[in-house]
Amino acid sequence: MAQIVINNLKKEFGDFTAVRESSFTIEDGEFFMLLGPSGCGKTTTLRMIAGLELPTSGEIYLDGEEISQRPPSERDIAFVFQMFALYPHMNVRRNISYPLVSQGMSRAAVKAKVAEVARILGIEDILDRPVGGLSGGDRQRVALGRAIVREPKAFMMDEPLGALDAEFREHMAEELRALHDRMGATTVYVTHDQLEAMQMGDKIVVMNNAVVEQFGTPQEIYDKPATMFVADFIGSPSMNFLSFDGQIGAGANEVDMQGASFGIPQAREGFAGQMALGVRPEHIHLADDAPYRGEVVATEYLGTTQIVTLTTAGGEVKARVPSGQVAQPGDTVGMTFDPATITLFERGSGRALRSALNEGVLDG
Amino acid sequence: MSSYSVTEPSRRMKWVAGVLVIAYALITMVPLAWIALTGFKSPADAISYPPKYIIGSDSEAGFQPTLEGYVNLFTTRTRQTPEFLDANPPETWADDIVRQYGMVIVGPSKFGERFLNSVIIGFGSTFLSVFLGTLAAYAFSRFKIPLADDLLFFILSTRMMPPIAVAIPIFLMYRQLGLSDTHLGMILLYTGVNISLAVWLLKSFIDGIPTEYEEAALIDGYTRFQAFYKVVLPQAATGIASTAIFCLIFAWNEYAFAVLLTTANAQTAPPFIPTIIGIGGLDWPAIAAGVTIFLLPVMFFTILLRKHLLRGITFGAVRK
Repeated sequence: MAQIVINNLKKEFGDFTAVRESSFTIEDGEFFMLLGPSGCGKTTTLRMIAGLELPTSGEIYLDGEEISQRPPSERDIAFVFQMFALYPHMNVRRNISYPLVSQGMSRAAVKAKVAEVARILGIEDILDRPVGGLSGGDRQRVALGRAIVREPKAFMMDEPLGALDAEFREHMAEELRALHDRMGATTVYVTHDQLEAMQMGDKIVVMNNAVVEQFGTPQEIYDKPATMFVADFIGSPSMNFLSFDGQIGAGANEVDMQGASFGIPQAREGFAGQMALGVRPEHIHLADDAPYRGEVVATEYLGTTQIVTLTTAGGEVKARVPSGQVAQPGDTVGMTFDPATITLFERGSGRALRSALNEGVLDG
Repeated sequence: MSSYSVTEPSRRMKWVAGVLVIAYALITMVPLAWIALTGFKSPADAISYPPKYIIGSDSEAGFQPTLEGYVNLFTTRTRQTPEFLDANPPETWADDIVRQYGMVIVGPSKFGERFLNSVIIGFGSTFLSVFLGTLAAYAFSRFKIPLADDLLFFILSTRMMPPIAVAIPIFLMYRQLGLSDTHLGMILLYTGVNISLAVWLLKSFIDGIPTEYEEAALIDGYTRFQAFYKVVLPQAATGIASTAIFCLIFAWNEYAFAVLLTTANAQTAPPFIPTIIGIGGLDWPAIAAGVTIFLLPVMFFTILLRKHLLRGITFGAVRK
């Protein structure tokens, strides 16, 4: 089990930069998510940690040892592929025992180890089956078995649930998390599914366009996004951005937007120009007498809550309100926001302005 | 009423397909069957008109099977005087057959030797083509090779003219290098001709094997070469088998270079078979017997590898 430190890691494929100087630390035993849209460099980062790609520059420390240029076989890291990559010409037992065979472990020891892993994963009954006929979930378990059997220092998982059916995914996600909690092994998990990342991860790195946008716990990333990209990518529906042209001084506790005044977490820096006020749907309340107004365009009923879509002077807004509250398309209603939850962004760069809310999270 | 299905052909379609396949099989099999039959005829029956094709029948189209062709194929014989024949009674069944023509067996023919040459050269060059082809195809498929496309085109371009077009230069070159009429020379020549086919065929097979398998093996603690032969090779078995069959068929049947470059030591069966001439004309049964035996190795080789041709073992292992 190990700590992994990524320092200024960079990967170029010819003229294309897949990962641009990224740094973050994965603590021992953490379930660590690399989250981002496709092509953002998350899989390349994972492959560099595992040794399947060599970085152009930068260092990777595994338990304090620099490993970035070593072949994968000398890193003691296991990898679970998105397509599982089970050896098709071997049965389940041989697939799982294959990493042990390469270490020259005795036959009896291999057998005992495989039996133990099969018991943990609940696949004892399929050990002698060929891998070709297995269901998606069983293949997933065999792939996991092959990874955990040799007790590596860390696990790399490249969208391991991506190939599963939606309903089975949830179940497998729970199983994976339970397995991790039981083994306590450092796990790096790549996904493009923000829900999966929030649900399973201890820490999340959000990447976009080869750059690490933010690094923190799921709650930090949800509540205190560092950029508009992160705010938009995490959460469903995503954060609302009300754009306006205004100014704010350091230490201000409120901001004027289109003639209405809103309370905000105390600003730590001043800014004047194009800004966006970011507020999550659940932090918007409909109030008839509020000065900031919008017209209801649509409502979506979700059981206990509903999503109300409104058009305002700052753009379209989605609010999550109790389903008991009456909102008809065509109505004009007032809105209030929870002041402590608001993040202001600089529209040009997408960067969050420093405030009492995100102090300590940004530039961390 | 039969229910309509997109994937399952209708009964009528199956019937039509069956008839077509059987008709095609008949058309291709008849010459082979005719050769196999001729091998068991006497020289007179082999050229009789109307033709005889029913084994053991007394009817007009029937003939009595005999091993004469095979005996003539494998032996050399001389004509002897009746006194000599009376003094030396026949010892084997083969002697009995040649006595009818007033002859005795004086030794084996060259056929066994030539056949062995064919086996050595055919299988040797097939092995070498597939071995080198697999390594080259793997390299082209997996590594970033400078000018890879140009190299592949160059490799293919060696097949853009009939090989015999360069027969004279090769003849002169082989004479200079002392490779004329040697097994090594013929193996190298057939390998040279086959390797472009092998590289191209195998590259497409290896391209179809996901790289994840090798990566999984690398992660599991194996070296690149171990990953290649333990994980990639078993999955390329289908491609290797079909490539080997194509290479063998070419090398086995090749005639022109064999005539040109081999005379005694390394002559293969194809140029030898037509030289079997009996007394008073071509000995058709012996030639047919030679052709029949010559067909067998390729046939067995193909049957042996058939299961690899029919199903890809990678099926269902990677979820797409």
